[in-house]
Amino acid sequence: MEFFHVKRDIPFMSYGKLTTAISLATFVLAIFFLITKGLNFGVEFTGGTVMELRYGQSVEINQVRHGVENLKYGEVQVQSLGTTRDIMVRIPNIQGKTSAQLSNEVLDSLKKERADVELRKVEFIGPSVGDELFTHGITALILVCVGIVAYLMLRFEWRFALSAIIANMHDVIIILGVFALFQWEFSLTVLAGILAVLGYSVNESVVVFDRIRENFRKPNLRGKTVPEVIDNAITATMSRTIITHGSTEAMVLAMLIFGGAALHGFAMALTIGIVFGIYSSVLVASPLLLMFGVTRDSMIKPVKIKEEAVV
Amino acid sequence: MNRYPLWKYILLIICLVLAALYALPNLFGESPAVQVSSGRVTVKVTEAMVTQASQIATAAGVTPIDAYFEAGSVKLRFKDTDSQIKAKDAIQAALGTDYVIALNLLSDTPPWLSKLHAKPMVLGLDLRGGVHFLLEVDMKAAVDKALEKTAGDVRRELKDKKIRYGKISKERDRVEVQLRDAETLAAADKAIRQLLVNLKVDSVSTDGNFKLLITYPETALLQLKNDAVKQNITTLHNRVNELGVAEPVIQQQGEGRIVVQLPGVQDTAKAKDILGRTATLEVRLVEDDQAKLTEAMNGNVPAGYELMTERRADGRSVPILLRKEVELTGENINDAQAGFDDHNAPAVHLGLDATGATIFKDLTRENVNKRIAMILVEKGKGEVVTAPVVRGEIGGGRVQISGSMGVAEANDTALLLRAGSLAAPMNIVEERTIGPSLGKENISKGFNSTLYGFAAIAIFMMIYYRVFGVVSTLALGANLLFLIALLSLLGITLTLPGIAAIALTLGMAIDSNVLINERVREELREGMSPHMAIQNGYKHAFDTILDSNITTLIAGLALLIFGSGAVRGFAWVHCLGIMTSMFSAVFVSRALINLIYGRRRHLTTLSV
Repeated sequence: MEFFHVKRDIPFMSYGKLTTAISLATFVLAIFFLITKGLNFGVEFTGGTVMELRYGQSVEINQVRHGVENLKYGEVQVQSLGTTRDIMVRIPNIQGKTSAQLSNEVLDSLKKERADVELRKVEFIGPSVGDELFTHGITALILVCVGIVAYLMLRFEWRFALSAIIANMHDVIIILGVFALFQWEFSLTVLAGILAVLGYSVNESVVVFDRIRENFRKPNLRGKTVPEVIDNAITATMSRTIITHGSTEAMVLAMLIFGGAALHGFAMALTIGIVFGIYSSVLVASPLLLMFGVTRDSMIKPVKIKEEAVV
Repeated sequence: MNRYPLWKYILLIICLVLAALYALPNLFGESPAVQVSSGRVTVKVTEAMVTQASQIATAAGVTPIDAYFEAGSVKLRFKDTDSQIKAKDAIQAALGTDYVIALNLLSDTPPWLSKLHAKPMVLGLDLRGGVHFLLEVDMKAAVDKALEKTAGDVRRELKDKKIRYGKISKERDRVEVQLRDAETLAAADKAIRQLLVNLKVDSVSTDGNFKLLITYPETALLQLKNDAVKQNITTLHNRVNELGVAEPVIQQQGEGRIVVQLPGVQDTAKAKDILGRTATLEVRLVEDDQAKLTEAMNGNVPAGYELMTERRADGRSVPILLRKEVELTGENINDAQAGFDDHNAPAVHLGLDATGATIFKDLTRENVNKRIAMILVEKGKGEVVTAPVVRGEIGGGRVQISGSMGVAEANDTALLLRAGSLAAPMNIVEERTIGPSLGKENISKGFNSTLYGFAAIAIFMMIYYRVFGVVSTLALGANLLFLIALLSLLGITLTLPGIAAIALTLGMAIDSNVLINERVREELREGMSPHMAIQNGYKHAFDTILDSNITTLIAGLALLIFGSGAVRGFAWVHCLGIMTSMFSAVFVSRALINLIYGRRRHLTTLSV
């Protein structure tokens, strides 16, 4: 069985202007949402107390919200966790009150209204830890980028390294943009997911790059122009790209559907990352490569002419 | 062409058997158990305890399935939770409070597997429920305290050597000693240098002002901070032991932080109460000069003194004036037991170490008929536990504190003192509590999503690539086996993000197989013979597999370096998974393909 057997190379590169325009638009949009709405940082980053509650029977979220707001803790968030029984309560750090006091007060107040409430999880994070995590996150991101660029420069060439990392950051920014747009919680696991996407997405670019390099060396493609060579490489790897993405996406979707609330953000970041990973590796990284002026010579070291020995 | 030598197959089989062996313990469940460990530093649990504990349990009508000694504690396994609880009560009653009896879950791994060091994966708190604390040690307080102690040492030494001194004060980061003239300065300098070898001692004499400055050099400061964290960890160990938690985790994280994980703990308030108590004991002299006390009560506390309140037996609080100098701290206390004094009033009996005993002996000799105060300092606030009058010299290091306390209070105080004092106060900077039902749910959800994802991929691969797809699926299965075996063997804690990483790794691992299979197809399309297609397909795919996996590994390593807690769990699995997947995609699948096709000389088609 074969789904993606394409006889003739698809002229991806001639769409270059269009795809770059689309990328740029989504990119700008993502940045727009990041600036205007900002990320909804989870408790790990901001500090504060998060409680996960479960009711015996379904509960009206407004009732819970009302119950918590009566305690006057400032900006309290109450939201449902996928079901009508699971509720998440987020309370900012309050000076002079420990999380134990806070969570006990909230639970007591809610128990007065409905006795069937059960505490499933409490998380308290001090503000200093959050700041540290933030800097660590940024450091990790930079570390990953530097590492990838260094490796690709070693194995390929600077143009490849640069294109791959730009395409990658494009994916990351778009994921962040989506998280900002929908105000999904940006937690530590989401960050882990994004860093995993970085690795995954560059993986995609590398597979295509690998084929481009190989094509440059192939004798039967010698007469072709650079865009044609790239088109050929993308077309040749397309089947693999789609199938691989399909399987990874199947795994991630399984996590999204069956993994529950705890894995939701992680799976979501990866779902978006995989979709954009396929797009960026084909339609962002490769046109960029062309834009940076990749040629056959940049991949193939000129053969040294051997001096003929005079006997 | 596509044949592997016999040794490669033997190697592969050995790898698979080993992997299966080390992954096997995860299949056995857990059974309820009772863990007996020491509740006091002075009490040691030994092998002999195994038979004793078993006999107690058997006498109570519940015979343990298995009983053994491991890492300083005795573990007894029971068939159900009812007998577990019965046994716990019986053992606790028989052994008394010197031992901590905790409820535990032990793996049902057969002994022959345990002998091979095969053990199930360690589950993180998010998978089994419990409390997680991140505590931060207050380093400034640790340094302040050390300076106070040094000031005390200096005072004692100068007194011993009969060198007259003026004011000894603790400044911001040093101790200053005022001396009368150049002669005493030189003598003091010599004595102090001998006493405090690790510290920096400077003599300063300007305009008839003679001073000795004692500072902590960088190395000593670092040592001090390290010791503070270490002592706090030891103290926490002892305190946690009092809670009767099985297999707690207490580890240093970073420079001044300590992680405490208490699996299965439900009563978080009690846990936090015990952990969070930053109690230290201080022994100081009481100033009973009525004039000074009145002055202090009018808000005019004389320099070098501190006003506190003392709780009397009748519940009254009376002001008490204390000297600031700390004569003795909880560090010199070896043992503390609640008991009763001669008048049958609740009391705490303290045992001091050699240094403590000497200091206490001198202190009591010099202050007969004066009062000394025992102050319990919690979170920077001191409370006078008792302030008895010294009747005479107390030697031998046995001290009894009695006075205004109830039995419960005596027990509490003794517990805190027994557990040792903290070198510096700590704050809880992070806290997580996960209910056990949530943990179970997390496991099943994580497991199910991996299972469904794996099934979807396997079915697709087998339909799409036929024989090569079956081989890919088998390789993926081998990958999972290797990964679980490695995780179990290395004792890496599996967390929920870790399960996510297993799923993600499997999803990504299939990439290598897809790359190979597509390559083989391509080679066939280009007119290669089946054998050549296999050969070239694997060869060409390998470069790509290497490049793409190394880049992914770079991301994984960054996560490992920066990550903490759950993210680190994710990173470990991710990194290991990339390596096992490379091995299984290249080696396992090739071995299988070679086994299937390698011997056929006239191979005309491949099922791909």
